[in-house]
Amino acid sequence: MRYLPLSEANRRDMLAQIGVASVDELFRDLPKKALAAAQFDLPRTMSEIEVERALGVMAAKNMNCATSAAFLGCGNYRHHTPASADYLIQRGEFLTAYTPYQPEISQGTLQAIFEFQTQVALITGMEIANASMYDGATACAEAVAMACRVTKRSHALVSGRVHPHYHDVAKTQMKFLDVNVECLAPDPYGVEDLIGRVSPDLACVVVQTPGFFGQLSDYTALGEACHKAGVLLVACVTEPVSLGLVKSPGAMGADIVVGEGQSLAGPMTFGGPGVGLFATREKFLRQMPGRLCGETTDEDGRRGWVLTLSTREQHIRREKATSNICTNSGLIALAFSVHMTLLGEAGFTRLAELNHATACDLADKLEGVKGVKLLPSAFFNEFTLALPKPAAGVVEALAKKGVLGGVPVSRFYPTYPELANLLVVCATETNSAEDQVKLVKALNEVLS
Amino acid sequence: MTLPTTASGHKGLQLEQGLIFEQDTPGMTAVDLPSLPTSKQRLGDMNRNGPIGLPGLSEPEVVRHYTRLSQKNYSIDSGFYPLGSCTMKHNPRLNEKMARLPGFAEIHPFQPVSTAQGAMELIDTCARWLTELTGMAAVAMSPAAGAHGEFCGLMCIHAAHDANGQSQRKVIIVPESAHGTNPATAALCGYTVESIPANAEGRVDIADLRAKLKEHGDTVAAVMITNPNTCGLFERECIEIADAVHAAGAYFYMDGANFNAIVGRLRIADLGVDAMHINLHKTFSTPHGGGGPGAGPTVLSAKLAPFAPVPMVVKAGEGYVSEEHAGYGTAKQALGRMKGYHGQFGVFVRALSYMMSMGVDGLKQASGDAVLNANYLMARLSAELTPAFAGPCMHECVFDDRFLKGTGVTTLDIAKALIDEGFHPPTMYFPLVVHGALLIEPTETESKQALDQFVTSLLSLARKAKEGRAAEFQAAPQLSPRRRLDETKAARRPILRWTPSATDGAKQAAE
Ligand SMILES: Cc1ncc(COP(=O)(O)O)c(C=O)c1O
Repeated sequence: MRYLPLSEANRRDMLAQIGVASVDELFRDLPKKALAAAQFDLPRTMSEIEVERALGVMAAKNMNCATSAAFLGCGNYRHHTPASADYLIQRGEFLTAYTPYQPEISQGTLQAIFEFQTQVALITGMEIANASMYDGATACAEAVAMACRVTKRSHALVSGRVHPHYHDVAKTQMKFLDVNVECLAPDPYGVEDLIGRVSPDLACVVVQTPGFFGQLSDYTALGEACHKAGVLLVACVTEPVSLGLVKSPGAMGADIVVGEGQSLAGPMTFGGPGVGLFATREKFLRQMPGRLCGETTDEDGRRGWVLTLSTREQHIRREKATSNICTNSGLIALAFSVHMTLLGEAGFTRLAELNHATACDLADKLEGVKGVKLLPSAFFNEFTLALPKPAAGVVEALAKKGVLGGVPVSRFYPTYPELANLLVVCATETNSAEDQVKLVKALNEVLS
Repeated sequence: MTLPTTASGHKGLQLEQGLIFEQDTPGMTAVDLPSLPTSKQRLGDMNRNGPIGLPGLSEPEVVRHYTRLSQKNYSIDSGFYPLGSCTMKHNPRLNEKMARLPGFAEIHPFQPVSTAQGAMELIDTCARWLTELTGMAAVAMSPAAGAHGEFCGLMCIHAAHDANGQSQRKVIIVPESAHGTNPATAALCGYTVESIPANAEGRVDIADLRAKLKEHGDTVAAVMITNPNTCGLFERECIEIADAVHAAGAYFYMDGANFNAIVGRLRIADLGVDAMHINLHKTFSTPHGGGGPGAGPTVLSAKLAPFAPVPMVVKAGEGYVSEEHAGYGTAKQALGRMKGYHGQFGVFVRALSYMMSMGVDGLKQASGDAVLNANYLMARLSAELTPAFAGPCMHECVFDDRFLKGTGVTTLDIAKALIDEGFHPPTMYFPLVVHGALLIEPTETESKQALDQFVTSLLSLARKAKEGRAAEFQAAPQLSPRRRLDETKAARRPILRWTPSATDGAKQAAE
């Protein structure tokens, strides 16, 4: 087996030094009954080439977005990743290191986290950010939990323009904690009244910008109403590229900003692993979940970095910790950070502009398709269409023509028949003009 | 020999590197993008006003920046990383290659399931390996890491008790030696934690456990035990523990962080386990990436399986469907959703690539070699160090600090001195039940030669300590990119991000 360095001679020699006759003797504490019962109906070892072949066959069964015209968003986005980003995160010193528990020999990871924390704080318009959560949805749940700790209240109101997975995860995570996570009905038309529902019994109001259906909404007035009532405004961002062009949640008065960093970090990989972004105001620092990296100096007075404020965390505080998170999304956070560094202010702005312009271009074209209506709203790089028939069937028909034409809202809301015809369509810099023509043509055919 | 001071601050191959924010060329970017299509903006009045403050760098500068940062990291690729409880084994690059196949990397979680049958098959195949290796009825694939898997397991337990009219069960019994995530997770489920001590041989004392179960009667929801435990020992009376837990009407959660010791040798179902998470980023070789990502699929007994969270892959005729909504179909009793999308798919690809490479025979050999390596270290290190418990150990061995008594040297000092020796230190001061613990986990992917080098270094350090050379330890490490860092200072006045003013001084110093 290619991953196992011990030779039979090594094993014999080592057993002799331990003073046992066989490896089985080392397992003598295992119950005999269980050892005897063990049977595994599983394949035996395979060579590298055999594994590649088998997994290659599986991979080939998927229609992939790189070789088809794909317009899928809803929290996961296909963007171009510069070649150097994927190279850099695969350097073994990053890839195969553990959490930086020994700072003297982990300064690379630590400095990268410090830079990541700064980038996340800057783009969200917040003061501080942590070293990452699992993903956007779990970060959202953690934000709700944190808002309850900060306000000592136990009722969260979630907008119907928040990603359904985000509110589902928040609801599940609070299930056994006497926290009421109240999720409003899906709101593709942007009609819900959040300000009218703000009351001093709420811990937080959770919104998303851009919204799940693509809408851009200004939550400044909501933020003011929240603050008057001592309520925290939690803003989710599932498409951080938008922050290159659109007003940041911090500028609208958000107290906690959570998000999914996948769109800037790398490939979609069927939705995971992603990286949860978590940013807030400095005054809430002690209630934050997750790891934090901070600046300090070493014995020679040189600047360096360490994990800090760990008295919030499970390994110190155990059942009183702010969260149970341990392993987070370090490598994906690094990928996010490398890409952000490559972009810089100019590139990040330009990427956002290109996304918006491409999406506007596509919207113009789709508005010309008979029977298709664009739901009225400002948007960034995705928008919702009302089709003349159920979107799920349309999407299947488009797929047969080599086009992944969008995400039917019914996939998330099967119990809302009135939303069955809605399709969320996304365009990024990866969608060429030819892709767009292909979508418009296919949609015309499918709808005619 | 004293090291020369250099004008640059660099020391040969140890290259200093400032923050990206200190390398800003305004307007610079390392990414060229095509020109914009001409279309009318539809942003409403939602334009950002004002700059963000991101620095501009060119591609060569960025590549150099991260290359230099990487060189300040210790990693498994570069050396022995015996971090107990973390299973730092070799991360095969085949796994990375497989995860980057366009058919896996370039697929979207919401493309029609009919166009993602290969992804469904991959998840299902990975799930089958895990249920077969554990003998368990089902596996919830979506938890993102070990702690998240614990959460999944305890929530299933909560849901099962609720369904059985046993909602008064609010107590989780956890040994004192448990990892911090165990009690933290219990709290997330609204449970209170009762600890039980370890006995003199480092195991759960079944008499203590029985007494606790009796004391808390029908309020006990579950007992959560790590096995092999954090002292590196197999809980010999595991089956009796399970029987006692079940007789009390509670469930048995096993923390599977240490599954690497037993994989391919026994099925945890035969131990009476109701739920266990598996850290794919430990046992199944997926890289830890400086902190994550991981994946914590949670295997469940038949009693708990109905409550598993969505999404789940369900076989339907020739193909698969994805059950994404709790309350419907096979997910009728599902407790809800714990994570976005389909779980840590990219981690599943890597883990499956590993499992297929190893095969069931290779996995058994791996647990054998992992345990052999740990016992070998224990035997050899016992020449100078004091093992906390009698062996045989499983995949890791723990030493206490009796061997340092009266030397003025601490466990921390030993760890820092090991850095100068070129090794990543073992886990220190964990488990909490062992005084000054050094928890050493070599894994099966280390050669005897690598182990012998480590032994030579650690024994020589132990002898040095006993010779009264404490001062040398307190100065360690001296050869690493940084010496001991002031953690008190970092916590007292937290600087958690770069700001222009805070680093002006550093900038001047660099110039
Ligand atoms: C015994 C034990 N339990 C639980 C965990 C938590 O796992 P994770 O870091 O994947 O959340 C760990 C690892 O850190 C562990 O060692």
